[in-house]
Amino acid sequence: MDLKDKIVSSYVAFEDKVNLNSNVHEIRSKAFQNFEDLGFPTRKLEAWKYTSLNSVLSEDYSLFPSKEVSIDLADVKKYFIHDIDTYKVVFIDGKYSSFLSETTHEAFDVCLMSSALTKPKYKAVIENYFNKVAKQDNLTSLNTAFAKEGAYIYIPRNTEVEKPIQIINFTTGSEEATMLQPRNLIVAEQNAHVQIIERHQSLTSNAVLTNSVTEVFADRHATVDYYKIQNDEITASLVDNTYIEQQSESTVSVHTFSFGGKITRNNLNFYQKGEHINSILKGVTILEGKQHVDHHTLVHHIEPNCESHQDYKGIYDERSTGVFNGKVVVEKEAQKTNAYQQNNNVLVSDKATMNAKPQLEIFADDVRCSHGCTIGQLDDQALFYMQQRGIPLKEARALLMYAFANTVLESVKIPEVQNRITKIIAHKLGVNIGFDL
Amino acid sequence: MLKVNNLVAEIDGKQILKGLNLEVKPGEVHAIMGPNGAGKSTLASVIAGKEDYEVTEGTIELEGEDISELAPEERAHEGIFLSFQYPVEIPGVTVTNFIKTAINETRKAKGLEDMPAKDMLNKIREKSNLLNIDRKFLSRSLNEGFSGGEKKRNEIFQMAMLEPKLAILDETDSGLDIDALKVVANGVNKLKSEDNAFIIITHYQRLLDYIIPDFVHVLHDGKIVKTGDASLALELEAKGYDWIKEELVS
Repeated sequence: MDLKDKIVSSYVAFEDKVNLNSNVHEIRSKAFQNFEDLGFPTRKLEAWKYTSLNSVLSEDYSLFPSKEVSIDLADVKKYFIHDIDTYKVVFIDGKYSSFLSETTHEAFDVCLMSSALTKPKYKAVIENYFNKVAKQDNLTSLNTAFAKEGAYIYIPRNTEVEKPIQIINFTTGSEEATMLQPRNLIVAEQNAHVQIIERHQSLTSNAVLTNSVTEVFADRHATVDYYKIQNDEITASLVDNTYIEQQSESTVSVHTFSFGGKITRNNLNFYQKGEHINSILKGVTILEGKQHVDHHTLVHHIEPNCESHQDYKGIYDERSTGVFNGKVVVEKEAQKTNAYQQNNNVLVSDKATMNAKPQLEIFADDVRCSHGCTIGQLDDQALFYMQQRGIPLKEARALLMYAFANTVLESVKIPEVQNRITKIIAHKLGVNIGFDL
Repeated sequence: MLKVNNLVAEIDGKQILKGLNLEVKPGEVHAIMGPNGAGKSTLASVIAGKEDYEVTEGTIELEGEDISELAPEERAHEGIFLSFQYPVEIPGVTVTNFIKTAINETRKAKGLEDMPAKDMLNKIREKSNLLNIDRKFLSRSLNEGFSGGEKKRNEIFQMAMLEPKLAILDETDSGLDIDALKVVANGVNKLKSEDNAFIIITHYQRLLDYIIPDFVHVLHDGKIVKTGDASLALELEAKGYDWIKEELVS
């Protein structure tokens, strides 16, 4: 039985465990129908031209891992940003771990989607926001059909959340192959401010496929800073579907650090529904082996006087492959839009591949839209210069790569996150230099 | 200190150095002059170990050891410094952090611990005072957006920090106005000692008004064809290089 059939036939069992007489389930059923019609994306679809999921879909995944597995904090501490105080919403094989988590309901809600989807207290928010900005494509529909658990974050107006919130999904390998479908909802009301760090981490070499959907709503003047750390095992694959809706004068930034995993697909979509909005999309990708990362970004400029800033840096070694598909749509009404897109790549090995595709659809006439895309090698003269000053070739290369990625790193607002990313980069490049640049 | 014996080097199959001999002793300043295309910058790059060049004959000895098979960083660790004609811009790496990394990598190669932060800071302060370098300059990205003069001054600053045995200044005077030239020359004169040596590669005589060489060599077609004292530089300035070519023919 192929994976689609397995998923489709499991739906009855899933429905046994949820309330069928809810609005949410109506949404699920519709999404299920949609997935049943569409199936998994193939390379025949333009949006999936450079990413084939075939090697990932052939595994016999356990769809609802049932074993309760507990893990010791000491074993997984390194995957947390642990040198600062944070809220934590942690899942082990898709199930909430109260032991590893630190949630709150005091001034704001940092808790579970499973509660939000079922308890009356959250009904209004769910009705207003759940599945409202998510696109109804193949994989998002699949996630929606099975939406049950994930992080639920609701920040009321004029509230600044001082501690960052970490959302971490561990897989323990208790099943030979595990498929997870976390569903997150983040709502920042007027003038609210929240920082989120997200990570998916497999703890064994058993296969993992995560199909994650996150919806973010930033109301007027809200600020959301979102950091995605992707440094998973080579047997773990991730499709991250993130949808962001912004109202006037809000600022949302998403930093995506892609350092690991087998196949990683980031579908990052911004919809600007007001004026004077700022959307920031940044990424550093460093790959080796046969790793594959595909960044698909969309910024939809709908109203006038808004900005978007995209800066993606990629370093590809060995046989790794990368894709950057950055689409910017500027509607006719969106005059005075300032949309900036930069995508620079370094191919360290001549076997590495990068496919870059900027897509600009501009219907307004008074806008500033720029895009730049480069694919190059490390500068030999710069390497010789550094070697001449006593820096060995390996370190010189690392320093050059780090400097290349630094335009993205320096915009990370949480120093501990910046520090952690720097350490991951140094480790990945096999050097032991400070990089405290 | 440095002994270059019958050096033959080529790039992409084209021979540039054709049997070059040069000996530099501690405390000496040597100037190498010559027309464009004579092989001046090639000599500098080959001594520093640039891998694009292939040494097909001869040896380069530093204090009696043949260094011609060493990687560029190993030669740097042995005490060779090359001031680049076109210093490379490295955005995202500050001058201070670059020089810290360079010093600590050199120490690591010698089996030493990293230099304590306090010592590093003191050294940076001492050398930047010596060369009249504004501290603000040190927190800028390496060479990014630097003027020609600033780039060359930064090279001299790095030289001061690394304290090489042998420093090669490749066309350090090119593109500098007279004030910048004086700053560079002044730096070299302050760093000169009985234990180190300098090779100054230049097309023009004017830098040699400020750094008085012990020897002046004329490089032509991949070989040193004439050697003299500082007065040879003045003669070259007045008469050009053609008379040497004529002298060679006759």
